[in-house]
Amino acid sequence: MLSPAILIPAILNGLLTGAVYALVALGLTLVYGVLHIINFAHGALLTAAMFAAFFAYQFGIDPYLAIFLLAPAFFAVGYALQRFIIGPASHGDDRNMLLVTLGVAVVIENALLYAFRADTRTIDVPYAFQSIDFGVTFLAVPRLIGFAAVFVVALALWLIMSFTDTGRAIRAVAKEKLGAELAGIDVAHVYAVTFGLGTACVAIAACLLIPSYYVNPSAGNAFVLVAFTIVVLGGMGSVPGALIGGLVIGVVESLSSLFLGDSLGQVGIFLIFIVVLLVRPSGLFGARA
Amino acid sequence: MKGFAPIVVVVALLAAVPLIVHSNVVLNFLVVALMIALAGQGWNILGGYGGQYSFGHAAFFGTGAYVTSILQVRYGVNAWAGFAIGVAAGALVGAIIGALTFRSGLRGSYFALVTLAFAEVLRILASVAPITGAGVGTLIKLDLRAQAFQFQSRAVFYWVILALVALSLVIAKLIERSRFGAWLIAVRENEDAAQALGVDAATVKSAAMVISGAITAAAGCFYAQYFLFVDAGIAYGTWISIEALLTPIIGGVGTVFGPLIGALVVKALGEGAQLVTGDAPGLDLVIYGAVLVVVIWFAPRGLIGGLAQVRQWLTRRPTLEAGHG
Repeated sequence: MLSPAILIPAILNGLLTGAVYALVALGLTLVYGVLHIINFAHGALLTAAMFAAFFAYQFGIDPYLAIFLLAPAFFAVGYALQRFIIGPASHGDDRNMLLVTLGVAVVIENALLYAFRADTRTIDVPYAFQSIDFGVTFLAVPRLIGFAAVFVVALALWLIMSFTDTGRAIRAVAKEKLGAELAGIDVAHVYAVTFGLGTACVAIAACLLIPSYYVNPSAGNAFVLVAFTIVVLGGMGSVPGALIGGLVIGVVESLSSLFLGDSLGQVGIFLIFIVVLLVRPSGLFGARA
Repeated sequence: MKGFAPIVVVVALLAAVPLIVHSNVVLNFLVVALMIALAGQGWNILGGYGGQYSFGHAAFFGTGAYVTSILQVRYGVNAWAGFAIGVAAGALVGAIIGALTFRSGLRGSYFALVTLAFAEVLRILASVAPITGAGVGTLIKLDLRAQAFQFQSRAVFYWVILALVALSLVIAKLIERSRFGAWLIAVRENEDAAQALGVDAATVKSAAMVISGAITAAAGCFYAQYFLFVDAGIAYGTWISIEALLTPIIGGVGTVFGPLIGALVVKALGEGAQLVTGDAPGLDLVIYGAVLVVVIWFAPRGLIGGLAQVRQWLTRRPTLEAGHG
């Protein structure tokens, strides 16, 4: 059972899945790092983006090209959501903000259910089943592209955060909101930009997922618990934490479904979640609370 | 005792309803609304008075529903005993989650996240474990006798759930007036300050979670007896987590009558939507989500708080009001 011929492909596939998890988690951790709340609408936004990618393909737009369309579109959606709904509705109270993101999630998810019913949809890209022989195992091309794209996105985010004025403003607000406000930074705008960036991450993740995954109105939920776990494991607000956490969780899930069966794979993830919360709630890379 | 008069009046008025209204549709609506009010009162003890917003009260509701139905179906336990054990199981789950989260100092976002995750994992486990009937669910045998906690008449079911709601109102009122309630509210308002004044925040919150879990589990037990069927999506589904938090927030968070008022409003909205659009999946939840956002936006203290504000505004000139924001 522990022969390397089974283990190595499981680990490699886990890394590939983990990269996409990491991208979803990246959006979540970004929002948490700045607004200090968990965005419970994240999964619903992922589902919405997957539907968008699905319909884009129906109009003949390849999912990988759709990234350049959907990432800005969902940035705008996220920006507007935070600026015009979540921000004003929550009156600056963290507990209210949690509830509002939950309310938004419920609306998006069920509006999708109402519009498209519970049917599961998939797309047939010509390259869906192409794979490359790595000697030890075959790896699917779409998942390899996804893996590479995640690192490109992470690099781009790092560049934005480190070298642009917007990035500096975001970091300033994350560190010291009042101070940033006094220095003339428009906090509501920065919050909305951050939320937009988080939502854009989700849109990219959706485009990377759709060639090898399905979409239905609750498709995003499967990723949310996982993304939460990654963010807790890596440390809330930590970008490298989200990346490494994502890869670790991908491998853990792959191995636990190998040994425990598919339906219990998620339970393995949850055990990690509990243990991390109990032993080190700040995560591997987060600052001590 | 002073302060309990409103509860007596409201419960007496509600108890008279089946004497006047004989429509099964109306009674069914009220039974379900009261059941949600009960689940919401459970949430209100922890979330309303204690300020700990749980996003996973399905964990308690589902545990109550499953425990009572599995005990009856698989072990031949009497339904009333099953009900009591189901409530106790809800309290136990509350104690476990409370111990895990509050002892390690989790608050706010983290707490919401952990409760959500607990409910989600229980759902996954219940959908694969053989004892719960896995994907098929658990069906309680039809046995319309009082000793089996099943009644021929809707009205009796209605009085049973009303009695449970009445009990939960009394519990909420007792907590409100007790020293424990004062500690709980102190923790909600400022946990660090409460701690500095000698309130053992972790213990107070855990105790609230036990009570909260028991009350919401009672709603789950009642669900099982009323509908005689439980599966993972019903018992541990997000719908009940949402409704349990929605009712007190709409009615008035941290008030005795908030969950009851909220439940009646929420259920009326849901029914109204169904009447207008027919049987459209998801539409009632779209409305609930939108109402949640709108209420927090424009009436953050719920209908009760909103009414108080209107009354204040009518009796006093707004200029006398202390500056809010």
